[in-house]
Amino acid sequence: MRSARTLACVILLVVCVLSLAANWIAPAGYAKQFREAPGAPPSTQHWLGTDEIGRDRFARVLYGTRISLLLAPAAALVSTLLAAALGGLAGYVGGIWLRLATGFTDLFLSLPWLFLLITIRALLPLNASPFVSVLITFLILGLLGWAASARVLATGAHTLRSSDFVLQARASGVRGFRLFAVHVLPNLKPILYAQFWISIPVFILSEANLGILGLGVAEPLPSWGGLLRELEGMISFRDEPWRLVPLILLIVVMTSFQTLLSNETEEVAA
Amino acid sequence: MSRRMFSRLLLCLSLLTGITAAQDGTVLRFCLRAEPKTFDPLKVDDDSSLTIRYLTGGVLVRANRQTQALEPELAESWKISKDARQITFKLRHGVRFSDDSPFSAEDVAYTVTRLMDPELHSSTGDAFRSGNGTVTTKILAPDQIAVAFSAPVVGLDRLFDQVAILSAHSAKKEATVLGPFMVAEYKPGANILLKRNPNYWKRDAQGRPLPYLDSIRLDIQPNRDVEVLRFRRGELDLINSIDTEYYDRLAASQPAVVHDAGASLDSEFLWFNQVANAPIPAYKRSWFRSASFRRAVSGAINRDDLSRVVFNGHAQPAFGPVSPANKFWFNSRLHSELYKPEAALQRLQGDGFRLQDGTLRDKDGNAVEFSIVTNAGNKYRERMAVLIQEDLSKIGIKMNVVTLDFPSLIERIAQKFNYEAAILGFQNVDLDPNGQMNIWLSSAENHAWNPQQQTPATAWEGEIDRLMREQASATDAKKRKAAFDRVQEIVVEQAPFIYLINKDALSAISPSVAGASPVILHPQTYWNAERLTIHSTTQASR
Repeated sequence: MRSARTLACVILLVVCVLSLAANWIAPAGYAKQFREAPGAPPSTQHWLGTDEIGRDRFARVLYGTRISLLLAPAAALVSTLLAAALGGLAGYVGGIWLRLATGFTDLFLSLPWLFLLITIRALLPLNASPFVSVLITFLILGLLGWAASARVLATGAHTLRSSDFVLQARASGVRGFRLFAVHVLPNLKPILYAQFWISIPVFILSEANLGILGLGVAEPLPSWGGLLRELEGMISFRDEPWRLVPLILLIVVMTSFQTLLSNETEEVAA
Repeated sequence: MSRRMFSRLLLCLSLLTGITAAQDGTVLRFCLRAEPKTFDPLKVDDDSSLTIRYLTGGVLVRANRQTQALEPELAESWKISKDARQITFKLRHGVRFSDDSPFSAEDVAYTVTRLMDPELHSSTGDAFRSGNGTVTTKILAPDQIAVAFSAPVVGLDRLFDQVAILSAHSAKKEATVLGPFMVAEYKPGANILLKRNPNYWKRDAQGRPLPYLDSIRLDIQPNRDVEVLRFRRGELDLINSIDTEYYDRLAASQPAVVHDAGASLDSEFLWFNQVANAPIPAYKRSWFRSASFRRAVSGAINRDDLSRVVFNGHAQPAFGPVSPANKFWFNSRLHSELYKPEAALQRLQGDGFRLQDGTLRDKDGNAVEFSIVTNAGNKYRERMAVLIQEDLSKIGIKMNVVTLDFPSLIERIAQKFNYEAAILGFQNVDLDPNGQMNIWLSSAENHAWNPQQQTPATAWEGEIDRLMREQASATDAKKRKAAFDRVQEIVVEQAPFIYLINKDALSAISPSVAGASPVILHPQTYWNAERLTIHSTTQASR
């Protein structure tokens, strides 16, 4: 198990480093259109060929990976903090607040999130630059993705509320927010970490889903969703196997995350 | 009998058997992309129903999809009155419906009366409504009928291409047809089987009854990937309209099956929001209302690249509102806008814009930046937008591409006018400019850049209104053409729509289908369905 985890860590590290070094490794850039060579096969100039409008696919994969790997954790952080604030506090306070928070969370979970995302995205101002649009996309994902984590954290905080050490702290005169911040929150950390790590692949896939629908990151910025759209309508994978690279990369990164997560959740369970 | 004679006899026999097989038991198979909404030919409003109507309906006159000329069908001849209010048809003799009942002027009268019934809400009927009065029919003889309208109807005879004649007496109106095929079986969600109409009146040059095919099976298949896969596996005989990508992939493996009939009537274009109360900054509205700005943007777009890169050469740079494929109405004096970014920049500088550190600024110093919306999921439009984005960046314009789901897009461009520019396309099925009245009149809903105006906002829009009304009321084809030619010129000069490309009519037809000759008009591949055959060897192997 340890070796699998190490391998997953190494893979994620390599992918992260490569994506961060995209400026040097793929100087063609993600937006430059080589219009004389659209849909070109791999060559020394374009290692993974070019996309349908002649952009270097290797550069787009690296930049797309950078966007997904940097912004998905940021969105996960937003959603985990929201979940901690809402679920953690409600679980800690208990009573009617817990019931209200649970009901609200259930309501939120029952919403068809994809349609919600599409609707909210359609309401946003149009004149946002591609970079702002990518930030907005992941921010929306973060703001809408807290509910599942909040439920877990509410249950965790509620369990901690009646634990011996909290009772002892309460008996010692520790009350209110101090009791939550000093005694409850630190003990919620493993759950928070787990929820954070779980959210990252979820957000990566959510952006990919939006991208496949053409509603993800704005052009010309690349993202995994946008890159996966290239596979749309492919009849035979044998003809152009290099077009599968974004999909393979997504699977490898997701699998690495899952390997790390399974270890994390085992630790939390222990 | 010598050996040579015997082999000749054998060859003749096999040929005869082939012809017999072609006539008895041949099935043509292709897909409908959606369930037909109706089998009533007068209520047709969707592509699938249109296909059924085309294959089963008998019409008085037919626009030949290849020559674009009108040809007699159930009417041997026809005459339009000078005031274009009346048309008189002389009907063909000896024609019988699929239920063996005779065809007469009574059936035409019944069809026209029903078509024009306001309760029917027929879009086919709407095309005939030029005035408020009623439409009357007068049977002059069993084979002669006059149809009179309360106001002149331009292009009157051509409109009858869409009117499938119903039986006045049959109880099963929709099942009783005069066309080459009749609906024999309908399995909702699966397929529709059309069988040969044994009473179809047409015969080929050798006097053999048409159609040659015994039946047509229309599989309902919304998924284009599946449609192409099934075609490749030999389960379908044709794909009526195919995307560029699929076309190229099929061309790579089976070059004989794909057909590019050249530029179609469909056009892709972009436009700027010029609505007076649109929620956009005033300085941007003033850019969008400037013809120089619009022409400069048009001149900075490399249409050859759009055609070559986005459509892999299966599109032609657009000239204006009418595709060159529309042989009669296209204004041949127009030329495709040439890609000249330097000239575009000069034009902008003439309008007070200046290029500063790679950014174009207006005379008040505002950086020229706008967003362009298009429908998500249409990869060709998205790619065109990305190419235009780079083209415009060369003259310092920053363009943000926004893809929206279709309902949101329509809400923004048609209801709230909360957008700056848009890329969309028109699918033209009508050759006559009258079908575009709802676009060009300034009061029209589809006057996309500034719809539903009380009075024309600009002089040139007023001029277009006048010319469109003039062509709609003139009965002389030359006068109509002259008026609409001028409309096309004004549209190119003012560029309210910046026309980008005309997509080619692409299709795929299995080599087993004989007699196919794809054209640009709908239905591209099976317009001569009655003369299509399936090779007997292929049929035997099925």
